[in-house]
Amino acid sequence: MNYSKIEDLIKYANMKEENISEIIINCEMEESNRNRKEIIDDMRERYSTMKKAIKRGLKGEIKSITGLTGGDAKKIYNFEDNMFNNLYQLIIAASIATSEVNASMGKIVGAPTAGSSGIIPGVIWSLGKIYNLKEKDLLLALFTAGGLGEIVSKKTNLSGAEGGCQAECGVASAMAAGAAVELLGGRPNMVSSAFALALKNLLGLTCDPVAGLVEIPCVKRNGFAASHAITAAFMALAGVKSIIPADQVIDAMCDTGKLMPTVLKERAQAGLAVTPTACEISDKFGI
Amino acid sequence: MGVFDVIGPIMIGPSSSHTAGAQRIGLMAHLIFNDLIKNIEVYFHGSFAHTYKGHGTDRAIIAGILGIDLGDEKIKQSLDLVKKKKISFSFRTIDLKDAHPNSVKIILSNDNKRLTMIASSIGGGNIILSRINEYEVNIKGKFFTLWIIHKDKPGQIAFITSILEKSEINIAYMSVFRKNRGKLASSIIELDQNVDEKIINLLKKQEGIKDIRFIPSLF
Repeated sequence: MNYSKIEDLIKYANMKEENISEIIINCEMEESNRNRKEIIDDMRERYSTMKKAIKRGLKGEIKSITGLTGGDAKKIYNFEDNMFNNLYQLIIAASIATSEVNASMGKIVGAPTAGSSGIIPGVIWSLGKIYNLKEKDLLLALFTAGGLGEIVSKKTNLSGAEGGCQAECGVASAMAAGAAVELLGGRPNMVSSAFALALKNLLGLTCDPVAGLVEIPCVKRNGFAASHAITAAFMALAGVKSIIPADQVIDAMCDTGKLMPTVLKERAQAGLAVTPTACEISDKFGI
Repeated sequence: MGVFDVIGPIMIGPSSSHTAGAQRIGLMAHLIFNDLIKNIEVYFHGSFAHTYKGHGTDRAIIAGILGIDLGDEKIKQSLDLVKKKKISFSFRTIDLKDAHPNSVKIILSNDNKRLTMIASSIGGGNIILSRINEYEVNIKGKFFTLWIIHKDKPGQIAFITSILEKSEINIAYMSVFRKNRGKLASSIIELDQNVDEKIINLLKKQEGIKDIRFIPSLF
């Protein structure tokens, strides 16, 4: 896709009076020399893997090799309480279900990475379930998410080792926020606002995984980042704008990532990774 | 990255950089070596060195070296599989100076040949291969790639590209590296279309072409 700024993507979508997903699909058709059906089928295959991971995780029968994660998605899913909104509950459960499957070396879809793989599926699948949306619309939302992420990936590698967790879960949350807005009928400007609001409010998020595993805080963080995404989406749909434009937020994230101490970028040498409990865990598993 | 690199790959977890990316690096080594392997040496650098056990990077690299594709659950048994095949292997850490934090040096060998590769996993499952034996390269594995070692003299590139042109193969990206003027150079040519045996044999015939390797797309 030849857009390197979200601002340009929005301008073009407004000019053509089309959703962002249409622009992304057309770009993909041109770049890859494939037809629309092939491209949609490709996304359908990915969504199918996402659904299977959610369902596996919600059953709660998986645990990681260390046993540190697994089973929480099921607890959240089955928790009966009138206080919590159904959508919120399902989004958190579905996101964590996926990240639990990931942590147990299960099959998932990087979106954009494995560590953040629960966020976008959790949001999109849950919206589909609660609002009874057609799968074809969920697939379109995934294209929007992908297009937004692609723009970020042109500026920085989406990896905790380079940019901290803001570059993985932060970006995934922003992608999910934008996708959710389109799915719920929001205009391209709102997609951009949701993206910016979500990313802006996860700036500085570090990558300090316990024992260097993709479990603590990663698995449950997917639930937090997914609920963060829907918060941003609701704000944007309600007409709240991000004062700092999306592209500038992305640049701020890149700069922050460069300034972030290396020990807080997936080296497991600071933060949570050096707490007494984390050290016990590392010793226990000989990591 | 295209939209399917961002929403993708379909992979076995837990980490895009440390599992999927590592597996793709292994697959690259498998494709370039293209022979029965007797010994595998893996040297982890940077973040890879600190976290390789927890992310299954060791299993992922071996799985790739054995030709196991992303999304294939067999990755979990790769260390058992490599032992069954009586291939010796070792994992060590190394300091590769300014290399990307997720970098690895792999040495594959049998009685007749040896391949040394340095590659990095740059995020989201993407990789860059930066060294093959003594040659600097820059291969991402997204296209059909020809790696050609040839004499550093006029006409070599023209010969290669004219063969490709006759078969209507389009060049997406191309780079030429040389170590010393007038000695040997290595060209990386990334193509839109697949290249068959016939074309490779035609290329091999040219005096001045020392070695050719074809690397299929990994994506």
